[in-house]
Amino acid sequence: MKILVCVKRVPFTGGKMVLNVDSTALETRHLGFTISPHEECGVEEAVRIIEAGGGESVVLTLGPGEAVEQLRDAMALGIDRAILLQTDGAEWDGEATAAAIVEAIRADEAASGPFDLIFFGNESADAGGYQVGLRVAHALGRPCATGLKAVKVEGGSVRCEQDTGAGRDVYVLQLPAVVTVKEGLNLPRYPSVPGRMRAARKAVATVTPSRTESHLRLVKLAVPGGGGRRAESLGTGAAAAPAVVEMMRKAGIV
Amino acid sequence: MAPVVVLMEPGDPSLQAITLARTFGDPVHAVHSAAVEPFAPDALAAILQRAADDLGAAAVFAAGTDRGNDVMARLSARTGLPLAANVTAATPGQPVRLTRQRWGGSLLEEAELHSARPLITVAPHVFPVANGEAPVEVDVQPYIAALDPKDLAVRVVEHVEPPGGGVSLAEAKVVVSGGRGVGSKEGFAILEDLAAVLGARVGCSRVVTSAGWRPHTDQVGQTGTKIAPELYIACGISGATQHMAGCKAAKRILAINSDPEAPIMSLADYTVVGDLKEIVPAITAELRAVRGTSPPNPPRLRGGAEA
Repeated sequence: MKILVCVKRVPFTGGKMVLNVDSTALETRHLGFTISPHEECGVEEAVRIIEAGGGESVVLTLGPGEAVEQLRDAMALGIDRAILLQTDGAEWDGEATAAAIVEAIRADEAASGPFDLIFFGNESADAGGYQVGLRVAHALGRPCATGLKAVKVEGGSVRCEQDTGAGRDVYVLQLPAVVTVKEGLNLPRYPSVPGRMRAARKAVATVTPSRTESHLRLVKLAVPGGGGRRAESLGTGAAAAPAVVEMMRKAGIV
Repeated sequence: MAPVVVLMEPGDPSLQAITLARTFGDPVHAVHSAAVEPFAPDALAAILQRAADDLGAAAVFAAGTDRGNDVMARLSARTGLPLAANVTAATPGQPVRLTRQRWGGSLLEEAELHSARPLITVAPHVFPVANGEAPVEVDVQPYIAALDPKDLAVRVVEHVEPPGGGVSLAEAKVVVSGGRGVGSKEGFAILEDLAAVLGARVGCSRVVTSAGWRPHTDQVGQTGTKIAPELYIACGISGATQHMAGCKAAKRILAINSDPEAPIMSLADYTVVGDLKEIVPAITAELRAVRGTSPPNPPRLRGGAEA
């Protein structure tokens, strides 16, 4: 098996969204970065499939040079090598991102054979465009199922389970295929120290893609107003219990 | 005005999408997700494409649900038209000026959509449900007959019923939720007790599922379940944006936290400062005392190892 996982570098936002001076991006100077949560599970799943059946796993991201940190994180979990589609740090929309990824996949497949399975997150934690994986699948002419909570390779196909809120829908896709996954697919492992050391020596191929025109153009960002909640204190410690129960009684809950 | 096309699924979000769709065109034509059974998203995208072309549709809409976003992204890919997902406001024009959700709604983006035929999914629970005239049903039979077999390659082949037992997290009226402050897997026992007395479900934050203390199906948040209970009791949860994206639709939020400066303490309706290990059992005991000897909801113990 040859498996690709596409990931996105996103900030840890903590308790509050703070924007830059012209409100075009989050102020990230004081924030750490991570792989977008759904894709962390894609990385874990790819590593498990290769561990069980053999083959090669590749991680790819489109982002600034610093995104190599997230590629190393994925390789520390067991991914074999990485591809960085390096940008100047400006945000690319879903169309431009997908176009650059398709070009990189074609180049890698021409050099070292086709990917049997390609993982994406269902949507990125930050932009939430819900489209890059499906665009790539369409361009490559491969079947794609989205929002998956279980993925199982069975011979020449992949069984995919999607949460519907009332059970699960099952799709069976012929390989090669593209899947977009959600957090809960698995519980990602923590990287080991030897894993981190091995990751530092693994190959990262850097490509500078050309950007296609954006048709969805960000003008500015805004932090939505609070919920208008009143933060009324019901007291301190166990002594607050009667006030809590009184609140529940007034609300008709007890 | 040119017509518009809406992908209709069962439930309110599609009826809310019609409300925005009406500001872009008239009449509204409906293609139902059930037009192809079992569900086959590429086939629905193909039908929407043909219907929009034949009607000369000004725009195509769907609800910003899992299926709505899925089918519309396929439509976008096959037509080469751009897609704006989870839109909360939009004004027709060239370009369309719109606002859409980022970070699960914790941030809003104002954007311009440059497109001959805007493709828009509408964020659920922002617009009111459309009333008045029902949409015009698109006759999908000719489009179904003309489907390319490859558009049926991705389709639901089996449905697995959910495990039985109790109300789901998404539907629970009261949710008792724990975060890092609960301290351990075993620490959730007191939350289970309170939930049992209230007939509530137990939830948790992302930190808790990442640590393996609770299953992901219990997670409330941007990457977990989004809930709207009557009362949300957040115990030892700091109130990160990732978490609030999942619980901000709650009617009431009670935060119990040892840190009065935690973000959630200003985002809640009610707060109690202190050690949740004392406060939660005290609330449980108070509820039992108020109810006397015959509780209306006898506590049901969850099966399993946490004895």
